[in-house]
Amino acid sequence: MDAIILQILNGLDKGSAYALIALGLTLIFGTLGVVNFAHGALFMIGAFCAVTLSRILNLSFEIVDESRTDFLGNPLKFKTTYIETWLGPEMGGTIIEWAVPLAILFSIPIMIAIGFIMERGLIKHFYKRPHADQILVTFGLAIVLQEIIKYFYGANPIPTPAPSALTGSLDFGELLGFQANAVIYPYWRLVYFVFAALIIGGVFAFLQFTTFGMVVRAGMADRETVGLLGINIDRRFTIMFGIAAAVAGLAGVMYAPINSPNYHMGMDFLVLSFVVVVVGGMGSLPGAVLAGFLLGILESFASMNEVKSIFPGIDQIVIYLVAIIILLTRPRGLMGRKGVMED
Amino acid sequence: MFGLDKKDTSLLIIVAALTMLAPFLLNPFPAESAMAQFNAGYPDLMQRFVIFGIFAIGFNILFGLTGYLSFGHAAFLGVGSYSAVWMFKLLSMNVVPAILLSVVVAGVFALLIGFVSLRRSGIYFSILTLAFAQMSFNLAYSVLTPITNGETGLQLTLNDPRVLGVSSTADGSIPVTNLFGAEMRATYELALGPWNFQFNTGYYLSAILMLLSFYLAIRIFRSPFGMMLRAVKSNQTRMNYTGLNSRPYALAAFVISGMYAGLAGGLMASMDPLAGAERMQWTASGEVVLMTILGGAGTLIGPVLGAGFIKYFENIFSKINESILHKWFAFMPDGLEDTLIALVYPFIGKGWHLTLGILFMLVVIFLPGGLVEGGQRIGRLFRRKKSDEKSDKSSQSTPAE
Amino acid sequence: MGILEVKNVNKRFGGLQALGDVNLSVAENSCHAIIGPNGAGKSTLLNVLVGKLIPDTGSVMFDGQSVLGRKPYEINQMGISRVFQTPEIFGDLSVLENMMIPIFAKRDGSFRMHAIERSDQEKEVVEKAESLLEDLNMVDKRHFHSASMSRGDKRRLEIGMCLAQSPRLLLLDEPTAGMARADTNNTIDLLKQIKDERDITIAIIEHDMHVVFSLAERITVLAQGTPLVEDTPEKIKGHPKVREAYLGEAA
Repeated sequence: MDAIILQILNGLDKGSAYALIALGLTLIFGTLGVVNFAHGALFMIGAFCAVTLSRILNLSFEIVDESRTDFLGNPLKFKTTYIETWLGPEMGGTIIEWAVPLAILFSIPIMIAIGFIMERGLIKHFYKRPHADQILVTFGLAIVLQEIIKYFYGANPIPTPAPSALTGSLDFGELLGFQANAVIYPYWRLVYFVFAALIIGGVFAFLQFTTFGMVVRAGMADRETVGLLGINIDRRFTIMFGIAAAVAGLAGVMYAPINSPNYHMGMDFLVLSFVVVVVGGMGSLPGAVLAGFLLGILESFASMNEVKSIFPGIDQIVIYLVAIIILLTRPRGLMGRKGVMED
Repeated sequence: MFGLDKKDTSLLIIVAALTMLAPFLLNPFPAESAMAQFNAGYPDLMQRFVIFGIFAIGFNILFGLTGYLSFGHAAFLGVGSYSAVWMFKLLSMNVVPAILLSVVVAGVFALLIGFVSLRRSGIYFSILTLAFAQMSFNLAYSVLTPITNGETGLQLTLNDPRVLGVSSTADGSIPVTNLFGAEMRATYELALGPWNFQFNTGYYLSAILMLLSFYLAIRIFRSPFGMMLRAVKSNQTRMNYTGLNSRPYALAAFVISGMYAGLAGGLMASMDPLAGAERMQWTASGEVVLMTILGGAGTLIGPVLGAGFIKYFENIFSKINESILHKWFAFMPDGLEDTLIALVYPFIGKGWHLTLGILFMLVVIFLPGGLVEGGQRIGRLFRRKKSDEKSDKSSQSTPAE
Repeated sequence: MGILEVKNVNKRFGGLQALGDVNLSVAENSCHAIIGPNGAGKSTLLNVLVGKLIPDTGSVMFDGQSVLGRKPYEINQMGISRVFQTPEIFGDLSVLENMMIPIFAKRDGSFRMHAIERSDQEKEVVEKAESLLEDLNMVDKRHFHSASMSRGDKRRLEIGMCLAQSPRLLLLDEPTAGMARADTNNTIDLLKQIKDERDITIAIIEHDMHVVFSLAERITVLAQGTPLVEDTPEKIKGHPKVREAYLGEAA
């Protein structure tokens, strides 16, 4: 029992990331009808927003303290960050410490701006071109974005720690009455899951309860009719693209402490996110979320030693296997609408 | 000639001449000159040109003709490499059985994956092939280690049986790949004045196989079968309502292109007898997509051009570093020199992939026919100019008369 | 006994009865039109005939064999060709190549790799395609890129491609929809010519009464998924029920 709970918990954080990326992918597909291979790059850029903010906060200068000397008799040099100098060591230190959560605020405008530029500058011109062209041009864009990041940040992963207050682990087992240390779960992963749930809830609420969301949903169902009503659906779709970019970016920001950001993390997640979208059903938002968590948890179960001893290597392929089976037996995925991209 | 019409025959002859004379053509600069770094006429790179040319020609038979965009073709290349290396380990160091096996195994593998993937079309097909390729990659990396030697990659050892050959040579080293005794790595160097040309056995074997592949591709393009494949791309509904089941055609194209990839993989292993899982990764599949589109999907010569273009710049461009740039721009005033270098630097050397990505996007956006279409447009521009000049002259001369 | 026999066909989409007890018999070598107001179930019926939809109940027999459960390409191989509302042609191919594909299809589907125009067998196909284009008065357009032709020419080519298969039944789905008057008249003339010169059965679904009355020998009026009446064009013109159905639509 405790092992099962542990695996479910382990699956949740990856599942949250899958769900968040897939949500944006499917939103873009449902509204704009575009298959966006550059969506993983948005996730990656989000993670690098966290890196950037923490670097900005850590900008420092040298102070020479003449009153103290090292053993050679030279004056001691201290490195002090600007922020600590301005706000005092305590306040400044806390801010540096909390760089990753603060990057949420920092990244939202950046991601929305990137989303707008991408849609207006590039994707807009591809609405009427074949899906293969859309895949190709966004694939090219993904390469460009990741190479730009590589140029500025290098090829190595950059560790980006969570605030130390959140680095410990929660002993879930004790909470539920199992043995101590049976089910241990890092706080940050818990934070990530709650954060993902909040964002997903926010997106759904936004689509459900605002007029803007209503129009977008109507547009997803039948673009032409909505266009006939004289509603400027294109501008709303641009905004949706910005939102999808922000969701992917936020998923990346908060993922930075779990997995040190590197330039190709976007591509790594992209392939799996596509699988998630397809399993959930192209253009289905609840499907993307459900499939994201299901596959995350499934992957985590498949990596249990008990399972691996029966099916060696299953943890490596289980997601793809599920995707292949779903695609062949139920082309519209778990929750896709009938007739949407079925063949 | 060869059952081709005049235009195709001359295309084939031109390509044959270019590949046969490549050691000269690719080494236009004297070995000691400053421009020598742009020479591409060394065996390793020339082999890669033609091997990736084969890979791209095969990919184009699928994507260019039927429009099915596969994101998993590297899997067939990887399978081909593994099969060839196993042949070297078990049978002999002769490349013929190795290459044959790699083509056959890749074909069978493509038949299985194609049979399943072609049940869907459009982006689902792309994602299915992607999923299959990633699965193969992950398996090769982990569980299949006994066959693939996992992360290290499959290599030859002194303990391999090599039933028809020797486990180790007289001096105790691993024997080298050969074609009935002609060593693949054997290179004849010809020094002509300051120039230095290299003729490599492996290159010529690969080049001849590429010419054969190219010839076969022309035949497919010009045949009724090729017309059916273009019909699959053009309109599957009409195809169905003309009493044709499009799936066998698409599957045949898929298997053929898989076998091309297998041939490329087998050749790669024949040139350098090792095989690693990273050859199967989806980024490697993406590379062949880039080559084909950049050169011109659906054209005959495009994929070869694309492969050559990408491999050339990957090797040559990426060698240019900051100090070389400084040498080039040395004649400029210092400030200007530094700004220029700062502007250019991100796009060369290690930044070559950035240039490639931008180029690729530009091609998809503005030149869907790739370099071939670009060439045609420029050609037309010149022709139009000429005819414009003529008409200008005539219009000028008219009032004089 | 007609060449095409539709018996008691029903099809529901959710709560909507798209087809209710459709019975239809198309006599061999006749021209039979199916007309009806929008939403009468004409397209649904057509999709059942070509194997795209499977009805809930009932049977569809073509020349004594059931078409139900067969794939579109199999039904086509039985001798049924279809012309679409928007012309479906191979837009990336030349006019001549468009014409050659049905000839290849009729022969063996062709996985062969002879160079076209260079081997005798393929030459035969080219010649046959050219003579068919001659019949259509399109031989001078044989090297045109077919996607860039006018709608009337595309329609002409599509009909020609269907004829190249020498089908026994030609199904036409609003063949003049969205066409200029001149193109419509050309298409009518072409169809008349086909009817006169060939042993072929034509079933036509049409909105345009001008087209229907210039071609059809028998007319079935469909309303709300059910055949209202079936008769000769003269009788249909004055039929009160038909007037009602169409006037009802107008109101």
